[in-house]
Amino acid sequence: MDAILQPWPWWVSGILVGLVVPLLYWAAGKDFGISTSLQQFGAMCSPHSKLDYLRNYDRRGGMWLLAFVGGIALGGYIGSHLLSAAPIEFLPASFHTGAGVAKLLVGGVLVGFGTRYAGGCTSGHSITGIANLNWPSLVATICFFAGGIAVTWGLGGWLFAAS
Amino acid sequence: MATVTEPSPAETKSASGISAAALVRVLLVGVYFGIVLAKSEVARWERVHKMFLFQEALMYQIISVGIVVAAIAMFIIKRIGAKDVTGKPIVYKPKPYHKGVVIGGMLFGAGWAITGACPGPIYVQIGAGEWLGLVTLLGALIGMFAYAALKPKLPH
Repeated sequence: MDAILQPWPWWVSGILVGLVVPLLYWAAGKDFGISTSLQQFGAMCSPHSKLDYLRNYDRRGGMWLLAFVGGIALGGYIGSHLLSAAPIEFLPASFHTGAGVAKLLVGGVLVGFGTRYAGGCTSGHSITGIANLNWPSLVATICFFAGGIAVTWGLGGWLFAAS
Repeated sequence: MATVTEPSPAETKSASGISAAALVRVLLVGVYFGIVLAKSEVARWERVHKMFLFQEALMYQIISVGIVVAAIAMFIIKRIGAKDVTGKPIVYKPKPYHKGVVIGGMLFGAGWAITGACPGPIYVQIGAGEWLGLVTLLGALIGMFAYAALKPKLPH
């Protein structure tokens, strides 16, 4: 039991992450991908949108995403509160400031815009896409890391000075 | 081998386009994934930061093993023609290449480095009570709306 309460080893985590792909196919025939949930929220929040991206979106077909991300949030609670010996520090204390909130908001905009422009995120492109030998997903993943490494090494000293 | 049976009443599609039973199954897969994201530490800013700094192998190891396991699963699914729980064939829908894969991909990577969260961990943080995850989600929704508005003008 103690092993469960500690952070899990990489190979256990890796295997369990990979198994989400067949599990979701088995459970509902859906491709594993999370960033589409943003589009689902957007389409539901603006039912009369004039934007094609939201107007032409299949809201009913995407309902499963709400159950999925709701489950992920519930799992986050279980994992951090019921299955952890100590509370998990998701964000360093330096983010609990005005500047920290601003960073998260701007970073969040990049996450939302970038994943939707790229057509997927770590789950849809990096895990599901590469596992299906879909080459654009490999390109996307290389670009995810190029962008992340560039920001961390280029602006990190300034962005995370207090972190 | 397996005969396709008539869908049970629970599998009957509701107005939402997916059966209630399927929604429950998806919810449970989500709970499973949320627990994994929390316990693997993938949803922690520090792990993501040290990944981009090349100070830790953890994230690279988890993502790599995840891809290999998923690839093996897909190989088996295609080989045996596996079906989902309702008897429908499992089919991967390929994501196409366009310029957004490169431009959007790099922008997302930048956001991932700043917030320490890709979309899955955002929901994990919120569920775990890290309320700052709501700020990241709010930003992500603004970014999504910005993309929706700018899409006709962006190169694809």
